Amino acid sequence: MKNFLRKLRTEYIGRGVVTIFGIFIIVITLAISLFLIYKGVATFLVNNHTVSEFLFSSKFAPQEIAGSPDNGQVGSAIFIFGSIVISILALLIATPFAVSSAIFISEISPKLGKRFVRPAVEVFVGIPSVVYGWIGLTVLVPFIADVFQLPYGFSVLAGAIVLALMIFPTITSVATDALKNVPMEYKEAAYSMGCTRWQMIRKVQLKAALPGILTGIVLGLARAFGEALAVAMVIGRADRFPKFNNGFIEGLLSATNNLTSKIASDMGNEVTGSEWSNALWTMALFLFVISFLFILLIRILGKRGAKI
Amino acid sequence: MKKIIVLGIVLTLVLSVLSGCGSNGTQGKKDTKSITASGSSALQPLVQKIADLYNIKNPDISIIVSGGGSGEGLKNVLNGVSDIGNSDVAAAEKLSASDASTLVDNKVCVVGVGVVVNNEVANLISGVTKDQLKDIFAGKTKNWKEIEGPNLPIVIINRPASSGTRALFVKWGLDGQKSIDGDQSLQTDDSNALVETIYKTKGSIGYLALPYIFSNLEKVVPLYIDEVEASNENIYNNTYPIWGYEHMYTKGTPGTTVQKFLGFILSDSVETQIEEMGYGAIRKLSPAAAKSR
Repeated sequence: MKNFLRKLRTEYIGRGVVTIFGIFIIVITLAISLFLIYKGVATFLVNNHTVSEFLFSSKFAPQEIAGSPDNGQVGSAIFIFGSIVISILALLIATPFAVSSAIFISEISPKLGKRFVRPAVEVFVGIPSVVYGWIGLTVLVPFIADVFQLPYGFSVLAGAIVLALMIFPTITSVATDALKNVPMEYKEAAYSMGCTRWQMIRKVQLKAALPGILTGIVLGLARAFGEALAVAMVIGRADRFPKFNNGFIEGLLSATNNLTSKIASDMGNEVTGSEWSNALWTMALFLFVISFLFILLIRILGKRGAKI
Repeated sequence: MKKIIVLGIVLTLVLSVLSGCGSNGTQGKKDTKSITASGSSALQPLVQKIADLYNIKNPDISIIVSGGGSGEGLKNVLNGVSDIGNSDVAAAEKLSASDASTLVDNKVCVVGVGVVVNNEVANLISGVTKDQLKDIFAGKTKNWKEIEGPNLPIVIINRPASSGTRALFVKWGLDGQKSIDGDQSLQTDDSNALVETIYKTKGSIGYLALPYIFSNLEKVVPLYIDEVEASNENIYNNTYPIWGYEHMYTKGTPGTTVQKFLGFILSDSVETQIEEMGYGAIRKLSPAAAKSR
């Protein structure tokens, strides 16, 4: 018994506390997932809408009163399209900068990189998203309106630029680590074959670090997809497709809406159980599924990276 | 054996933490010295102000006022999360008939909705007719010069489709017209963001609850509708059409603490505060105006 008490003090309490917290996190994660799924499928099971209507129709006009006949429309194609277009554009803008910075930090000038560039990138991470949105709203939006002679600057472009700023540090730091983890022997082998520094970076470092860099990009994409506040402030939140049919530039400069902004702006006004609120939950579930897929993708990339 | 004991301890602790959360929540509700009110952001400042006044004479009662939107307020009062649910719209417009019938409606004041434009538009235009307003929001009128305004494209700034202010505006300002998004419209979540957007966007037009207009007159300009100024006086005498009641719902008959507080809000003694903040007093509505709703 005495032995047990001693063991309790030296082993079981510590182990027990850690286990409790661990189990708690798993339980919470599971509970949130189940709750989202339970809420999200109501659109299809209770209100009898089809998945294809939700994904591909652009008519969004659900019933507000819970229990009224299910003759509303829950088409969310506009918001899904908005989320995808803005995230991908943000990625296209941010990736060249992020990968370049990563190469600069890890290869070109590690000293300068460690002392100035890396801390600068880290500061970016700490800035709250509302600040990004606010700066976008007061600087970027009027600027776009001025440059392109528009009545307003709320646009896909503004959203993409703000998001690019926000995901740039994520991609940079993951890519930097990936580049640093490339074994020294690869580098030495490349130099001994007569490569210049740039040839070494391009043909050896980048190739070997590719899975890691891709992981960074997917992480950035996941963040871009789920960000609500900053984008909502500059996107204009107009419930229509951006006008890409009038040309790419016109599309970039037109206002639209995305999933996160739509959920945020409507959730307070709708009552639980109504078709409207169910449709919002379905959008949330959709976001959850997407982020789940991103995590899966990162896992696969991670495994491929480990093999090299 | 020891593993089982450890696991037992762990599970008991986890369960006690979880059950602790539950019982705390229900104990909070029984405390009769506190009042919670949530919902409409248009009504929130007024309720907060009156709660502060009420606290001066009744310092032992804590009143917690929060926003969240009309739907949130109705939902909370229905589920017993809040004692009072603030709403811009009647409960029957959001809840099923059976749910709505369990709530008791307390109309605390009226709120007008004004049509506001950017300063550059207001330099040339001081008012619109209701028909012009409908054409603008339907997207038929695309430039201000078509109605003798400046040569600027019209930019509509809407509230989300679920907003109470929007519902009032559509019902009484546009006579229920369905499409109000035009093809050059934007949306903002809350009234303060709308003020900023109108202030900064040339050629913009939007709608706001009068209290927000009165406190932002340097940034947005209210238009006359059919030559009637948007003011509480004109709501009282039944010449300005766009207004509605603000509701504070309780579930059934509330406890005495809540009842006393509601009595204070509904009494004539806070009428000055209501009007000072830009809302309208129900008692001052002319019979014709009261009849119109």
